[in-house]
Amino acid sequence: MHRALISGIAIAILCSVIGLFLVLRRYSLFGDAIAHSSFGGIAVGLLAGVYPLWTAYGVSIISALIITRIKDRYNISGDASIAVLLSSGIAVGLVIIGLSGGFTIDIFSFLFGSILLVSVNDTVLILALTGSILVVILLLYRQILYSTFNEQQAKVSGIPVEKINYLIIFLAGITVVTSIQLVGVLLISALFVIPNVSAIMFGKGFKQTAIISICFSIFSVVTGIIISYIFDITPAGTIVLLSIGLFVGTIGIKSTGLLAKN
Amino acid sequence: MLSLVEISHLTVKYPDVKALDDINFTVNSGDFLGIIGPNGAGKSTLFDCMLNLNTKYDGEIKFFGENIRKSKNYLNSIGYVPQKPIFEKNFPATVTDVVRMDLRKDSEESKIDEILQQLWIHELRNRRIGELSGGQLQRVFIAKALMNNPKILILDEPVTGIDQQSIELFYSILRELNSKQKITIIWSSHDLDAVNRLANHVACLNRTLFFHGQSEKFFSDDDLVKQYSEASMQEHMHHH
Repeated sequence: MHRALISGIAIAILCSVIGLFLVLRRYSLFGDAIAHSSFGGIAVGLLAGVYPLWTAYGVSIISALIITRIKDRYNISGDASIAVLLSSGIAVGLVIIGLSGGFTIDIFSFLFGSILLVSVNDTVLILALTGSILVVILLLYRQILYSTFNEQQAKVSGIPVEKINYLIIFLAGITVVTSIQLVGVLLISALFVIPNVSAIMFGKGFKQTAIISICFSIFSVVTGIIISYIFDITPAGTIVLLSIGLFVGTIGIKSTGLLAKN
Repeated sequence: MLSLVEISHLTVKYPDVKALDDINFTVNSGDFLGIIGPNGAGKSTLFDCMLNLNTKYDGEIKFFGENIRKSKNYLNSIGYVPQKPIFEKNFPATVTDVVRMDLRKDSEESKIDEILQQLWIHELRNRRIGELSGGQLQRVFIAKALMNNPKILILDEPVTGIDQQSIELFYSILRELNSKQKITIIWSSHDLDAVNRLANHVACLNRTLFFHGQSEKFFSDDDLVKQYSEASMQEHMHHH
């Protein structure tokens, strides 16, 4: 269980930080789309007898970068490109699973997460990836924040906005596949989006908002894992429901005016 | 006198129309250039080319003697204030956060306070950017543009959402930046009267360059002003 908690906290921090940039770029569902495309990758791994998360990393990152390129090149709107990515991942997955003889228990653990079963190797990988991604974000913090705030101004200020955009997509791809073990393919966008939309209502500055979001996220993940362990229920559902509870609470506080605007 | 900006034979073609047709002018160090022209005259297209946001043009643009197609370093010496600062309304950033985005060295953190004070927005520093009025927002974006000690300030004047008092404050800030801090200013405006008061050079644009020279020369020539006003009026009627 301590492995589950350590991995869970790392994933909570990672999803909050990457998710905040995605939400502010109006890319809230992009995490979901990458997760669905990783389903295709998982199926490829299971069929080929390779560790499915490796193929999931490859397929989801490559397809996310390709779809972003197509979107930019042919002026397709963000939501339409997300729909294409999302459905093609599932379609590929279904066809391959059909070819390999149908659903197995492995598939279900990827669809709904299996954080309580996380291995030592997985935990080390999760910690290493979290550390590396956070270092990249800290090093390029100004450039990433600026191009999220206003692309045109960031360009005039000499920031390579397109490269930064691809970097964010790349980091989001790694984050999504890493997080599949916690909440599974189907609930991933909850971790990206819900703590952040709650935190945006509270936080004044950017760093403050990110810290609030990380706190919300860690609270949901840790409490969710403990509750699910005690009552023997699915961690993924519990974590997301707790997260939604925080969001509803935030709206409640906001609507009663307890949280003054200034 | 040193030419900071040289634009020669600048032409931008769209499929059915020329947005800019053979534009030639120079801007010298210390100039305060007001660019006037009706809606659709190509002012924004001109700025986009100068800022390397639009690279599909014929002709040549030089900043500090160097062709901008060859080097983008000139952008480090330019401050730009857009006409409409576009951002997510609920973007969780304070005024300080937004201004800091243009600060390239962490050691110059004290510069933020200094410039916010200079522009009378220091008391707003911890406010969220989405809560500000149009006039306050404009000053925040000027502060952003000044963070890197620019040699040239390029401003696209906002047309709506700014009250008269803020407009007057904006003009006095521009005058001070030009006269005291010797920043060269390139400023597009609809307000002929304000251009007359502030600018020492005028470029009158209506897809072609109608006039370029000293502002007294333009404003003392009734025929030129009348011609400009008529062209502007025709364009206005055309748009409605």
